[in-house]
Amino acid sequence: MRYETPTTTKEAATLLYKEKGKAYVLAGGTDLLVRMKMDMIEPDLVVDIKRIPATKAITKSAVGFKIGATVCGAVMGEHSALVKAWPGVVEATNLIGSDQIQGRCTMVGNLCNASPAADSVPAMIAAGAKAVIVGKDKRRTVAVEKIVTGPGKTSLAKGELIEAITLPARPPRSGDAYLRFTPRTEMDIAVVSAAVSLTLLRGVVKSVRVVLGAVAPTAVLVPKAAKAIIGTKLDDAALENLAAACSEACNPIDDKRGTIEYRTKVVGVLAKRAAKIAYQRAGGVL
Amino acid sequence: MTGVLVSTTVNGDPVQFACPTNESLLDALRNRVGLTGVKEGCGTGDCGACSITLDGRLACSCLVLGVEAEGRTIGTVEGLVEDGKLHTLQEKFIEHAALQCGICTPGFLVAAKVLLENNPNPTEDQIRYGLAGNLCRCTGYDKIVKAVQAAGKEMRKKKR
Repeated sequence: MRYETPTTTKEAATLLYKEKGKAYVLAGGTDLLVRMKMDMIEPDLVVDIKRIPATKAITKSAVGFKIGATVCGAVMGEHSALVKAWPGVVEATNLIGSDQIQGRCTMVGNLCNASPAADSVPAMIAAGAKAVIVGKDKRRTVAVEKIVTGPGKTSLAKGELIEAITLPARPPRSGDAYLRFTPRTEMDIAVVSAAVSLTLLRGVVKSVRVVLGAVAPTAVLVPKAAKAIIGTKLDDAALENLAAACSEACNPIDDKRGTIEYRTKVVGVLAKRAAKIAYQRAGGVL
Repeated sequence: MTGVLVSTTVNGDPVQFACPTNESLLDALRNRVGLTGVKEGCGTGDCGACSITLDGRLACSCLVLGVEAEGRTIGTVEGLVEDGKLHTLQEKFIEHAALQCGICTPGFLVAAKVLLENNPNPTEDQIRYGLAGNLCRCTGYDKIVKAVQAAGKEMRKKKR
């Protein structure tokens, strides 16, 4: 196995592109090393991107936040401006694993691992996050919901990697939230999850994005669920419509962690709760 | 052997070792540096027996490649002893019988040290959440929580 530590993202992309065997990007390693250990993969090349300055920082500008691909969950949780602007994105990322994992795991790794149950992904999509993708010859910026195409699969071409995630600037009276259901309180994988990001105008939901996790092969953005609460103050009828739209958008599997019926029911409950939290974080009074 | 030469700092001392690129830092620390305090429980980041600090942050050494340690600063349980004297956490673990077989203990000590550095006076809940990445199959955790609380109290007293 060849191990490379490029210092620019372009160099990393070129290494990945030129490799004839199996090439993998290493950021926090909390998924990659597990897969190596379990003999699920046998890399010919591992490109460690932690020595690339562009992947290491959280920056704030007029257009929002940029979070580098090797910024770990713990660092996001310690960034007070980011926590204030995007509490839902940060709480979703901070749910991944233990403190040991938080010191290493990254949002981009969570995205590229492409698990249907990834915690940070629904929150990123709800937030309108974009992925800054670098290839050998060109860069492109793509909405996060376009990255994962199925369990373990992404739309990234050979030689492409994600350098950073951007989160848009936040209008006043905005809030986001992420909730997941797990049998244990810690160290578990979501059976069902929901993320909501919204903006209020005089206490009324002006715009909102609702995203569900672990109930389909990929995270699901549900415009119909958003429509159910736009123009409302989250009254009971609006919340019931939200829950119904979420249940309808589900396409879950049956497994030992939850049945189809259970996931379909609980997703509505979580979406309602997440919407209420986001609403209150935006300054709304229920 | 074929391998990459890695220069790093372990418990304050400069250390060099050569290891294959796909070897975990856990294996490199145990078999090449001779620090057997790090234990392999699961090897997949679930149990925390291999906990270390990497540039001051808690990590599972089984989920780090040995070659990633180049130029980094590593802390292991062996670094807790100063001038031949046990760390307060170690003393309290003994006093409270917070261990039986001992395999998880080094990981718990490293994780608890980081926990108390970040939060010198944690609640029981904060300790239980903070140490959720460390598994113990002997004690039932209660004695460990009590030992960490006692160590925190002692360390706060010493600081004053």
